[in-house]
This record gives sequence, C-alpha cells and structure tokens, in this order.
Amino acid sequence: MAAKKKSYSVIIIYSIAALCWIALHAYILYSFGFNWQIAVVDSKLNNVLIGIAAYIMFNTLRFYQPSQKNLVYLFEWSIILSVAIIFIFRWIMRWIFISNDEYMQFLQHTILLRFAFVLLMVSCVNLLIWLWYNFKTQKKSDARKTEAEKLAREAELFNLRQQLQPHFLFNSLNSISALAGSQPEQARKMIQQLSDFLRGTLKKDEQQFSTLEKELLHLGLYLEIEKVRFGHRLKTEIITDEQTNKMQLPSLLLQPIVENAIKFGLYDSVGEVLIRIKISAEENYLKIEIQNPFDTVTVTAQKGTGFGLSSVQRRLFLLFSRNDLLKTESIENIFSTTIKIPQL
Amino acid sequence: MIRCLIIDDEPLARSLVKEYLQSHKNIELLQECGDGFEGLKAIQQHQPDLIFLDIQMPKITGFELLELIEEPPAIIFTTAFDEYAMKAFEAHAIDYLLKPFSKERFDKAISKWISQHENSSSKKGAEELMKNLSPQHEEQNRVVVKTGNQIRIIPVTEICYIEACDDYVKIHTASEVFMKKKTMSFFENSLNEKDFVRAHRSYIIQLSQITRIELMEKESYSALLKSGVKIPLSKTGYSKMKEVLGI
Repeated sequence: MAAKKKSYSVIIIYSIAALCWIALHAYILYSFGFNWQIAVVDSKLNNVLIGIAAYIMFNTLRFYQPSQKNLVYLFEWSIILSVAIIFIFRWIMRWIFISNDEYMQFLQHTILLRFAFVLLMVSCVNLLIWLWYNFKTQKKSDARKTEAEKLAREAELFNLRQQLQPHFLFNSLNSISALAGSQPEQARKMIQQLSDFLRGTLKKDEQQFSTLEKELLHLGLYLEIEKVRFGHRLKTEIITDEQTNKMQLPSLLLQPIVENAIKFGLYDSVGEVLIRIKISAEENYLKIEIQNPFDTVTVTAQKGTGFGLSSVQRRLFLLFSRNDLLKTESIENIFSTTIKIPQL
Repeated sequence: MIRCLIIDDEPLARSLVKEYLQSHKNIELLQECGDGFEGLKAIQQHQPDLIFLDIQMPKITGFELLELIEEPPAIIFTTAFDEYAMKAFEAHAIDYLLKPFSKERFDKAISKWISQHENSSSKKGAEELMKNLSPQHEEQNRVVVKTGNQIRIIPVTEICYIEACDDYVKIHTASEVFMKKKTMSFFENSLNEKDFVRAHRSYIIQLSQITRIELMEKESYSALLKSGVKIPLSKTGYSKMKEVLGI
C-alpha cells in the first residue's frame, strides 16, 4: 500500500515536471514571435512524441537489456527513434500549419537543430530507463544471493548442531549390552538416559538458543553415560552461579567441548581424570571454562584440538561473526577451553 | 587350553567379553587390562595365544601396542571404530568385532580362529593382519618405542633422522637413539613427505633439522644437521631434497 502511494506521488511529480518542460518549450517559441497556438501545439506534439518513444523503450528494455558492452545498441535505437519522431513531427505540423509560411520556413531551418535536441533527449531518457532496469536486476540478484547465503548458513548450522559422535553411541550401546546380562536394572537406567540425551539432541534442532539451566541438564545426561562407560576413571565437577541459570547460549554447544576434554584427558592418562567446568557471568558475557589434565610429555604428539573444537569455533562465528569467543590455553598440566557467549 | 587376554579401557566392555567367554570352556582368561601399558606387561608375562584388543585406549592405541611386540599373538579387535574394518577383513586372518556385537557374532569369531589355529597358521595370520593394517593411508604423528621395560612415545617433530640397521631402524632424536623393528619404507610412507625426506638408502632426514648441504666430492653431497651430524645424500636423495626445498 505504502509503495503504491509512493509510486503515485512519483508519477505526479514527473507529470508536473513534464508540463513545466512543455510550457518552457512553448514560451521559447512564443518569444521567437509565433502566436501561442503554434507555440503550444509545437511544444506539445514534440514532447508527446518523445514521451511515446520513452514508453516504447521502457517496454522494450523490460524484455531485453543490452549489457554494458552493447550500450551502443541503445544509441542506435535512440537515433532511429529520433529520426522517426522528427519525421512524424514534421509531417503533422505541415498538415496543420501548411498555410503559415513563416512557421513553415522556421520549421525547415530548425529541423536539424530539433533533431539534435530530440536525439539528446531520447538518448538521455533511454539511458535512464536502462540504468533503472539495471539497478532493479542488480537488486534482485543481490536479494537472491543473500537468500542463498542465508540458506547455506542455516544448513551449515544445522549440520554443526547435529554432530553426534557415532563412537559415543556405539560404545554406550556396548556398555548397555554388558549391563543387560549382569545388572538389568542399570541397563534399563542407561537406556533411559541415552534416550533422553538423544531426544534432547533431536528436539533442539529447531531452536538456536537455549538457557544455561536446560543445557546443563542435557550435559548432565551425557556425563552420566560417560561415567558408566569409563567407571571410576572419570570425575566431573561443575561450578556454577545462580545468576547464570537464565543466561542464553547456543544449544548443544557445550557437549562437544566437554566430549573433547574427556577424550583428551582420558586417552592421555591411565589414572583418574577430573573434568572441571566453571561457569560465571562477566559483564555482558556468559563465560564457560572447561578444564582437563594432560600429559606434558606426550601432548606434542596429540597436536591440534580435533574436530570438536573447530566446529564449535565455526558455529560461534556463524552466529556472532566473531572469531575471538573460543580460547584454549595450557598451564602446567591443565588444558582449558574457554567460551564467551555475548548476551543479547 | 587356549590362553587369552582382554585389553580394553572400558570396564563394561571387558565384562561383556568375559561373560561371552564363559560358555567357551576351552578358553582360559589370564588377565584383564585397562590400557596398553598394562597390556604389554601382561603379554610379555603370560605369552597368550589370543588377545581381544580395543583400538582407542589411553596413552597408546591397540595398533601401537602390537608394534611393540616381537611376535604378536592372534588378535581379535573389539572396537566401535569401523575405519579399519575393511583392511582387517581383507586380511582374512582373525576377526574384527564392531561394538556392540552379539554372542553369536562373538562365537563365530572364536570358532573361525580355532579352525585357523588348528591349521597352525594363526601367527602368520596375525603378521599378515598387521601388515595390512599398517597405517599407510594416514599420517603418523608419533612413534611408540620400547626401551627396556619402558614405553616411550616420541612425537615425530622430535625425530632428527632415521637410520637403517639390519632388521631394525635407529630413530635419532636430539639426545637419544631408539631402536624399532620396522622397515625404512614403512617410515618413508607413513611420515609426512613435506617434513621427512629419504635422503639415502639408509637414511630419512627431518628437513627442519638440516642447516646446510655441502658438496663433498664431485657430484657427491652431504647434509649437515643441527646436531652436527653429517649424513650422505644419494643421487636420488639429493634431487628429491632439491625438489622439496625448492632449489
């Protein structure tokens, strides 16, 4: 509705401008000593013909727009149209004012000048129409591009969220298989936990953000399962602050980081491993630090932080356009991964 | 009586194999091990006939453990990783159980092995399996060696050069030398070719260790390493070196 209103006002402004132009044209002729009737008819006819030419071009260019290299076509069309305009103009004016010798002579003398002038006008109008169309196509393709980028980004985010390590799943199922023989009650409990965990993973695909409280609940399920798998070797400690409970973070972001810490910690040591998760609010950020011990001697061999962290990094970048939200550091034999989530 | 070991870092995974073994009265379980170090000790102590071996374990992997054993016994892999499965099956030697596996599948693996064992080709089979499983397709970033009773994990970045020595190779780091029963071509294939160059029939050099290349006699070159050691370059070694260094 608003767009339509706007286009109406544009049409009114252009119409007024055209009328002024016709009036000016007529006034010039009048000042040459012709009477008003001749001046107005001459001006009107001339400009109406230019208007028709513009209308023809407007419709032609809708279907075919020469590329920048072929702009010479535009000029050729302008010449053809201008010749046609002058020809028709002269023919009609002769037909009306054949008896007015003075005007006929004037027409004859100024015909070349008129042609040059019409050509200039038509060329300018054509060029403007062409630019307008070009601008419109450009805008359309830009919109398409943004749309495509948005879709690709969403698909990538979806994939990054979906990442569940199949090894985790198969090893957990193997543990359940072992429990089913000796401790059926425990097996049933673990199936329940695994189901809840998987359901949480699937459900959260729909939304991008979730509260820390919910995420910690989900992470708890994961840690319970891992503790059954690794037995007494895996110890965890979560230090959290009441005020962070309702803070927002991307859903399912924590689990891959903790998984990475567990893998890194457990496969680098034969003893007990403590995974520590510290959560705090810091200005406008939710800060989560995940620590695992490692062996300083063999760590160079385990270079890199693995796929887990690079996908977290990528996700944070896609969501916040920032690369500084994930940091890792090693102090003595403790490896820490810190993420900072901006609170919007 | 068949004597066996279970090596797996997950207690429940071990107990499952143990449970499945109960119906096999002819198999005696000697010990359960939670990691590769313990496993190696147990292998040396008991000399078992058969091992149920996990791949992903603390400190050293199942494959790395096998590299440390002179004559590996028969192996049945039990793992959730299926990346190596194809290669193991191609070897037709012993089985590869993907977790979680059923009792039937487990029994099939045992009977398959017993029939091979009776034909006394199992040891050969194990070696064959190892050969096929050599991680030629993936780049190695560490080497596991045994010195006396100790297991050492050497990051490849610390290797200066590798020297051939009969059936063994000598791995030289800045301060130590380690022996390992492997071939030169094994290392040539598994180490990153951007960092390591086979400079000579008997030498592989880490490029970052080279300080300069000298002309010894006519058309004979040698590389001087940071540690001061001079290593001769063969003709093909020299041209390979020129290619990677871009000179």
